[in-house]
Amino acid sequence: MRFHWFAEVTYPHLPRDFRERFNAGWVTPPFSLAEPLKVGETYKMFIRLMQLADKVGFDGVLVNEHHQTPGAMTPSPNLLAASLASSTNDAAITIVGNSLALYNPPTRVAEEYAYLDCLSGGRLVAGFVLGSPMDSIFAYGVSPIEVRERFEEARALIHRAWTEPEPFAFNGKYHQLRYVNLWPRPVQKNVPIWVPGGGGSVETWDMVIKHDYCYGHLSFQGLYSSKPMVDTFWEYVDKHNGNMNPHRMAFTQIVCVANTDAEAEKQYYEAVRYFHRNASHFGPQFSNPPGYTTPRSMKFMGEYAKAAQTKLTPEDRIRAGKGEMSFWEYDEKGYIIAGTPKRVRQRLRELITQLRIGQLIPTPHMGDLAEEVAAENTRLFGYEVAPYLRDLWADQPDHWTPEVSQARIAANAPRPTAERSETIAIEERPAAK
Amino acid sequence: MRKTQTLCGGKFSVEMEVAGRGEPLLFLHGFSGLMAENPFLDELGRDFQVFAPHLPGFGDSTGAELIDDVIDAALFYHELMDELKIPSANIVAHSMGAMLAAELATLDVHRARKLVLAAPMGLWLDEHPIPDLFATQFFELPALLFHDPKSPMAQAMTSSSTLPSLLGAMSANIENTKRYGMSSKFLYPLPYRGLRKRAYRIQAPTLVLMGESDRLVPRAYGKAFTSIIANAKEEVVAKSGHMLMYEQQADFCKAVTKFLKA
Repeated sequence: MRFHWFAEVTYPHLPRDFRERFNAGWVTPPFSLAEPLKVGETYKMFIRLMQLADKVGFDGVLVNEHHQTPGAMTPSPNLLAASLASSTNDAAITIVGNSLALYNPPTRVAEEYAYLDCLSGGRLVAGFVLGSPMDSIFAYGVSPIEVRERFEEARALIHRAWTEPEPFAFNGKYHQLRYVNLWPRPVQKNVPIWVPGGGGSVETWDMVIKHDYCYGHLSFQGLYSSKPMVDTFWEYVDKHNGNMNPHRMAFTQIVCVANTDAEAEKQYYEAVRYFHRNASHFGPQFSNPPGYTTPRSMKFMGEYAKAAQTKLTPEDRIRAGKGEMSFWEYDEKGYIIAGTPKRVRQRLRELITQLRIGQLIPTPHMGDLAEEVAAENTRLFGYEVAPYLRDLWADQPDHWTPEVSQARIAANAPRPTAERSETIAIEERPAAK
Repeated sequence: MRKTQTLCGGKFSVEMEVAGRGEPLLFLHGFSGLMAENPFLDELGRDFQVFAPHLPGFGDSTGAELIDDVIDAALFYHELMDELKIPSANIVAHSMGAMLAAELATLDVHRARKLVLAAPMGLWLDEHPIPDLFATQFFELPALLFHDPKSPMAQAMTSSSTLPSLLGAMSANIENTKRYGMSSKFLYPLPYRGLRKRAYRIQAPTLVLMGESDRLVPRAYGKAFTSIIANAKEEVVAKSGHMLMYEQQADFCKAVTKFLKA
């Protein structure tokens, strides 16, 4: 069982009527809403939070790539990863990840990942990302039907670039190179590869099964909404003789830990609303353009739309997006897991076992949450939650996080204590290292 | 009448509407494809033998994966014309079809006897950007494509028949996905593939026909096309948007026939 700290790097000072004024929070909202110096302050906060995550036993610190949105201001995840690679010790540098179709030539991905693996001493998780339509198609102008082909050409080139000992020529449909000869190259002989999905493309499932990549269902929609799709994924993997090890499955979950349930609501509710109102305001015109999902996937997935609505109706989604649910409604519907450490442990155990998740991506920061709350959330998770869930899947090997990180975290991460109580005073917490 | 033509030993299978009798007229449809009913083809068929192929990716035609760019598309049409034994013909083309028609006429000057480019795509003017079809939702199409968005025709032509979609938002039916996928090869991110530098080769007398209220391809594109094609003139169809041959069928057919027979 592994835990990777992650949050969207969201601009925290958007106007209250952002969602109403702009029909999309991605691709086209004006940058005049933001101040670059405040953007910089936000970046520094996230670097501090992830450094803290490294100190309290998180297995990884995770970064992602998005473009042209205040919801996630990390167009180059490798830049944030570089800050972390040089200032953390144990955690994996989990990059999920470079959108392969958007790097020209794709060897740049291979080079930068190699740099980061060297700098971190072999702690890289290399994500290969197809990219949301907002990013790949609308921000970067890639034709909807070319994204997957470009991705595949890049994927093959990256693997060759990491492993072929002599310079080689590459005659691809989208890239031609005469001399591919990488300096540097990764520390790890087999860099773990993650490919996120969750949007319903069967082609992605075929790819992760074929290459034994870790798959990620990264939707922030929680257990109930995701269960039909995730169950279908595991059935598909089983049917195609893929690896059924839970460590090949990643899942994001917003967590709001506090000393009491009432405090959780007080500390996190406004930030949860901010996140939903502003960071997930994709814009219907940009979120699923025709041509992006193949006819094969449309047919395959069409059936599961109804199943996904059993606990999360279209009306629920609209209310959630507008920030109109109560705090405990967001929790009941699975968007967040909130409350005391004991409650969060129970809910996560249920999530992890029901969906067979070996790589949980807890999200202890959301929206415009204040740094000190996110930091306390991170500490509470690291000391009071994670150690009590590490028994899950402990009998199964994990091929999808770096061995160096596994060894260091096994040695250094907080351990459970003999007795647990509802609230733990700060001075009673076990020292990490 | 529906006809099928195979090309290149079966690599392409081309569904076509064929109508009328007379000199050959090849009709190239746009990004929306041919409709279930296309009465303008029958009206043109009074004076011409009309061939209206479904471009691979549209209708039941196959071989879309073999056409990646405007060169591939132009050569596809050359091959089709040879197989149909109409190596040179009047070419009437609409919207995205006009981009492809212009390209096939530049690559082989003998292919087009005369050329009609109706509401043509194929150029880009920064001052008159063409709206992004790939970010346009169904309910926005009537206003974009028709002079009278509220007409029964406009409403009928732009209603979405949808399969349930996991994402629940604007995901279209599968036919639509194939059409847009094919069109994206020519139209996305901007509907320009370099025609400006090649158009000097077009020798056929050319009519650029613009819809008066076309909100997809603005009127300025009429002059943009006539200014780069040697023997070209512009005419306007009144009370028509982008879908001229459907919204103002009689005026469209009259203008085309008059030009081709002159």
